[in-house]
Amino acid sequence: MDAIILQILNGLDKGSAYALIALGLTLIFGTLGVVNFAHGAIFMLGAFCAVTLSKILTLSYLTIDETQVDFLGNPLKVKTPYVEHWFGQDVGAALIDWAVPLAILFSIPVMIAIGVIMERGLIKHFYKRPHADQILVTFGLAIVLQEIVKYYFGANPIPTPAPDMFRGSFDFSTFLGFEPNSVIYPIWRLIYFAFSALIIGAVFAFLQFTTFGMVVRAGMADRETVGLLGINIDRKFTIMFGIAAAVAGLAGVMYAPINAPNYHMGMDFLVLSFVVVVVGGMGSLPGAVAAGFLLGILESFASTTWATTTIPGINQIIIYLVAIIILLTRPRGLMGKKGVMED
Amino acid sequence: MLGLNKRDFTLLLIVIALAGLAPFLLNPFPEGSAMAQFNAGYPDLMQKFVIYGIFAIGFNILFGLTGYLSFGHAAFLGVGSYSCVWMFKLLGYNVMPGILLSILTSGIFAYLIGVVSLRRSGIYFSILTLAFAQMSFALAYSVLSNPKFNLTNGETGLQVYSNDPQWLHSADKPDLPHLFGLSMRATHEMQLGAWEFQFNVGYYLCAVIMVAAFYLSIRIFRSPFGMMLRAVKSNNTRMYYTGLNARPYTLAAFVISGMYAGLAGGLLSAVDPLAGAERMQWTASGEVVLMTILGGTGTLIGPVLGSGLIKYFENIFSKINDSVLHSWFSFLPDGMEDFMVTIVHPFVGKGWHLTLGALFVLIVIFLPGGLVQGGQKIRGLFTGRTEAEQAAADANQSTPAE
Amino acid sequence: MSKSNFTRRGLLKTSAVAGAGLALPTYLRAAAHSGYTNAPSGSTVTIGFNVPQTGPYAEEGLDELRAQELAVAHLNGEGDGGMMNTFSSKALKGNGILGKKVTFVSGDTQTKSDAARAAAKSMIEKDGAIMINGGSSSGVAVAVQSLCQDAGVIFMAGLTHSNDTTGKDKKANGFRHFFNGYMSAQALAPVLKNAYGSDRRAYHLTADYTWGWTQQESIAAATEAIGWTTVENVLTPLASTDFSAYIAPVLNSGADVLVLNHYGGNMVNSLSNAIEFDLLSKQVNGKDFEIVVPLYSELMAAGAGDNVKGVIGSMNWNWQLTDEGSKAFTKSFGEVYGRPPSNSAHTCYVQTLLYADACERAGTFNPCGVVEALEGFEFDGLGNGPTLYRADDHQCFKDVLVMKGKQNPTSQYDTLEIVEVTPRAQVEYAPDHPMFAGGELGKCNPGA
Repeated sequence: MDAIILQILNGLDKGSAYALIALGLTLIFGTLGVVNFAHGAIFMLGAFCAVTLSKILTLSYLTIDETQVDFLGNPLKVKTPYVEHWFGQDVGAALIDWAVPLAILFSIPVMIAIGVIMERGLIKHFYKRPHADQILVTFGLAIVLQEIVKYYFGANPIPTPAPDMFRGSFDFSTFLGFEPNSVIYPIWRLIYFAFSALIIGAVFAFLQFTTFGMVVRAGMADRETVGLLGINIDRKFTIMFGIAAAVAGLAGVMYAPINAPNYHMGMDFLVLSFVVVVVGGMGSLPGAVAAGFLLGILESFASTTWATTTIPGINQIIIYLVAIIILLTRPRGLMGKKGVMED
Repeated sequence: MLGLNKRDFTLLLIVIALAGLAPFLLNPFPEGSAMAQFNAGYPDLMQKFVIYGIFAIGFNILFGLTGYLSFGHAAFLGVGSYSCVWMFKLLGYNVMPGILLSILTSGIFAYLIGVVSLRRSGIYFSILTLAFAQMSFALAYSVLSNPKFNLTNGETGLQVYSNDPQWLHSADKPDLPHLFGLSMRATHEMQLGAWEFQFNVGYYLCAVIMVAAFYLSIRIFRSPFGMMLRAVKSNNTRMYYTGLNARPYTLAAFVISGMYAGLAGGLLSAVDPLAGAERMQWTASGEVVLMTILGGTGTLIGPVLGSGLIKYFENIFSKINDSVLHSWFSFLPDGMEDFMVTIVHPFVGKGWHLTLGALFVLIVIFLPGGLVQGGQKIRGLFTGRTEAEQAAADANQSTPAE
Repeated sequence: MSKSNFTRRGLLKTSAVAGAGLALPTYLRAAAHSGYTNAPSGSTVTIGFNVPQTGPYAEEGLDELRAQELAVAHLNGEGDGGMMNTFSSKALKGNGILGKKVTFVSGDTQTKSDAARAAAKSMIEKDGAIMINGGSSSGVAVAVQSLCQDAGVIFMAGLTHSNDTTGKDKKANGFRHFFNGYMSAQALAPVLKNAYGSDRRAYHLTADYTWGWTQQESIAAATEAIGWTTVENVLTPLASTDFSAYIAPVLNSGADVLVLNHYGGNMVNSLSNAIEFDLLSKQVNGKDFEIVVPLYSELMAAGAGDNVKGVIGSMNWNWQLTDEGSKAFTKSFGEVYGRPPSNSAHTCYVQTLLYADACERAGTFNPCGVVEALEGFEFDGLGNGPTLYRADDHQCFKDVLVMKGKQNPTSQYDTLEIVEVTPRAQVEYAPDHPMFAGGELGKCNPGA
C-alpha cells in the first residue's frame, strides 16, 4: 500500500511537469494553430532564468587569501558575492539561497517578453504556412536557442538548489499509519505539484472568467468570425503566446532544483510533451492536463520492480505503448475535437 | 527514353552525372590549400550523401506525395542496418544478401506499422509512427541486447565477431564487406597536379543504387499510382466520397518508402559493418524530415539536395577547430586575426549546430519551397522569368513544385 | 532546371577532359609504398582527436581536446614539456615524432557510434590521420576501435569504462589507458568494507545498457565477496532524466546502501534525486544509509554540486595526486587553461604521449610496429605509478583511486578528495577472466 501511495505521489509530480508543458503547447496550438517545436527550448530558457539569477546574485569580487593556496600553489583567490558585501553576510546569503523562488518573479516578465518577441518576430509569419514549415522553423529556432545557452553556460548541468528550508523530504508515514520512513517524499517536489496545480487553475480561470479569456476562447473556436466582429484577435493571440511562454518558463524555473539545468533539457521533454498533447487531443486544454497526469502516473507504475520483472523493458516503452492504444481506441485522443490537424 | 519524358530524362542524366563525377565535384580545392578543409570528396562522406539521399527520396514518396508526415522512418533505417549485419554474421561478407534482406525486412516492418498507423491521419499518424520508432529504439538499445537473446548488441552496436558462423565465407574473400570479392573499402586514388581524387567501390555501388532508386521514384511520381497519392494529399475526404478507398494506396506508399529506408540502412551497413541503435532514435527520424523539407518537399531532386546539405554541415563544419581558423586568418595582422577567429568561432567546430539551426530558420523564411525554390530563383535571374511563370511552366511539364 | 544545369554538365565534362589531358600519371598514395595506411610523407604527421563536441558530454570532450592540444604542443617542443619530463621512457625529444612535426585534426563524436565513426573516417580518409585518440563513452570506443582495426590505424581509447572495450570487443589496433568496471569494483570493495562494514544490503540502480550491466555485475560480485547482500538491481532507461520513481522504493526495500551505476547526466540526476529524498540522513537496519557512485568524474561532481558530499566512488586519476608526473601535468595544464585537468583529459594526454613514444621506440609509424612497442610496455612517471600495457588485451594496469565527495570544498575544482590509492596488484585479473571472456584480439592491421 505504501508503495502504491509513493508511486501515485511520484506520478502526480512527474505528471505536473508534463501537464504544464503540454498546457503551454496546447495554448499556442489552439489559439494560433502553430505546431511549436521550440516549446521545449522555452522550458529550458525558464530553467536558465533561475540559473542566471543565481549567477547574478553570486557575482563576486576577488580577495587574495595568503593563508591558502589554489591547485597551482598560488595564493587562493577567495570569492565574496557582492550581495553579501552590500547587504551583510546574513541577508546576502539568504538572497542567494532563495534564488530559485526569486527567479519566479524575475522570469515572468522575461519569459513573456521572449514569447512576444518570438511571436512578433518569427512565428507570426507562419500562420498561413503548412505545418511542416512551422515545424522546421521552430525546430531551427530551438536549436539556435539551445546553442546560444550552451555557448554561455557550457554543456555541463549547473546545480541550482532550492532554498535550504525546502530541501530534504517529508515523512507522510505517521499520518497514514505506516512505519516511519515508508512514505517519504521530497518537499520541493510537493511544492512543484502544488505550484503547477495553481498555475493550471489560474490559466483555466483566466480563460473562463475574464473577457480577454472569452475572446480568446471564441477565437480558438472560430477565428475568422471573431475577426469580422472587429476584434483585434491577433493582438490577443500575441499576448496568449507570451502567456504560454511564461507557463513553460515557470515550469522550467521550478524544475531547476529537481534536475540541474543543462542546455538540452528542452529536447528531452519535447517529444514526450508532444505525445502528451496528442494523447490529450490536439487543441484541448483539459485533455492536455489530464493526459499529462495520466502518463506521469503510468510511467511511475511502470518503473516499479514488479512491472519491470513482469514485462522486461516496460519502463522504456510505456508512454509510447499507451499513446498507441489510446490513439487507436479514441481517434482524436482523450478529448480532441473533430477536424483539428487531421489533414 | 526509359519511359520518361524529355524533362525527366534530363534530370536523370544530371543526377547520373553528379553521382558519377562526385569525386571530382566534391574536391574542388587542391590538397594542402587552406580551402581543402571544405573538400567533401572522401569515401565516407560521399557514401553518406548518396545513402541519405536514398533515404530522403523514399521519405519524399510518402510525405511529398501523400502528405502523411511520418516521424518514425528511422526505425526502418535501423531495421535495414540490423538485417544486413545479421547476413554478414550468418552468411558472410558479401553485401548482396544483406541488402536484399534489409529491403525485405524493412518492408515487412513497414507493412505492420503502416497497417496500424494509417488508421489515423494528420498529427495522430505522426505520433503513432513516432511511438513505434521510439519503442523500437528503446528495445534495441537495451532489452533486445540482453545476453540470452542478443539481437542488436545494444549500445555497442551489432558487429561481426570472429566466432560468427559466416557459412558462405571462404578464405579467398576479403574479411570485410565486399561485392563478389570486390572490397567495399577498395579506393583508387588519382593525383592530378595538386588535386587528389578518390574513387571508392562502396561509393559507386551506393551511387548506382541511388540512381536506380531515383529513377524508380520518377516513375512512381509520374504513374497513375502517383496521381492517386497526390489526390490523397489534396483531398482525402473527397476521394472517399467518390467511392475510392485510399488506404491501400497510402499503405503501398508507406511500405515503399519504408523499403527505401531499409535499403539505405542496409547500404550503411554494407559500407561500414556496424549497426547502432541510435539510428532508430527520433532525432534520426527528424533528420530525414528536415532533409526533405529543406530540399523541397514533393520535388524530385529536393530531398537529395537537402540530405547532402545536412550531411555536409555535420561532417565538414564540425571539424573546423580554432587552429584551422587561425590558419585561415593568419594573413591578417595579429589583432585582426584573433578578432576574426572570435567572430567565426561560435559557428563552426562545436558550434556547427548553431549554424545549422540558423540555416533552417533562414531557408524556411526566405525559401518556403526549399533549396529547389532557391535554384528556381537563381534560374529566374538568368532567364528573366518570374518564379510564378516558372512554376506554371513546371506545371505544364507536370512537375509538382510544392 | 534543365537548361542551365545541362550547360553546367557540359562545362564539367569539358573541364574534366581538359584536366585529364594535364593529368600526371596516376599513382596510389604513399600508403601503397610504405605498406600501411596514411604513412606520413611530408615533414608533418597528423593525428586525429575524436571527442564529443556537441551533446551532453561536450564539456568532457572539450577538456579532452584541451589536453590533447597540450600534448601536441609538448611533443613539438613547445610549452614546459609537462609529463614528458617525468616519463620513464626518454625516447621523446621534443622535436615531434620521429623528427616530424605533429599536427592534429579534430572530429565530433556526438557520443553516437555512427557520428563517431563518420568523424573518425573523415579524419582517416580525408586528413590522413595515422592515429585516433579520445572519446567519452564505451559504445563509441568499441565502435571506433573496430573501425580503426579495419582501416589499419591505431586507436587510443579515451574515457571508456566498460569491461567489453578490452574484453569481448578488444582489438589489436586498439589500446585503453583508462580503467574499467572490474577494476573499480576491486578497488572500491575493501574501502567500502572499512567504511561501511561487511554486513550491508545494497540496492543497485543500473543504466540499462552494456556499460551499466558490466559495471553492475562487477560491483555486485566484488561487494558480495566482502559479505554484502544485493537486495535488488533495477534497470533504468538511458533516456531518463528523473529517477524519483526508481529512488522512491529504495527505503522500503530494507537496503541500507544505494549503488548508482550511472554515468554523466544520468548520474548527476540520479544522485541529486537520491539526495532530494534525504536518503543520506536516514537510518536503516540501525545503520546510516550510504550512497556509492562507482565511476566518478570531476565534471559530474561539478554538475551534482553539493550532492556529492560524502559519496564514495572511483577514478582513474586525479589532479590532487602528489607524484612528480601528476604535479607537472596539473601545472602545465593549469597554467595554459586556468583550471585543473579532469581524469579523462589526463588519459587523453597520456595516450598521446604513449603513442608518440611507441613510434619513437619502434622507429616507425607502422601500426604493427607501434602495437609491438606498446604491448607489454612498462612505464612510470605518467601519474599512476608503475604501469603496464598488457599484451594479452591492451589494457593498462595501474593504481586506481578511491574518491569521496569533499565536505568543505575550498574552490569549485576542489569537490573530491582521495580516500585511497589502491595498488595495482589488487585490481589485476587474468586475461581470460569470465567477465572479459569471448572476443579475440586478432592481429594488428597496417591497412594498405
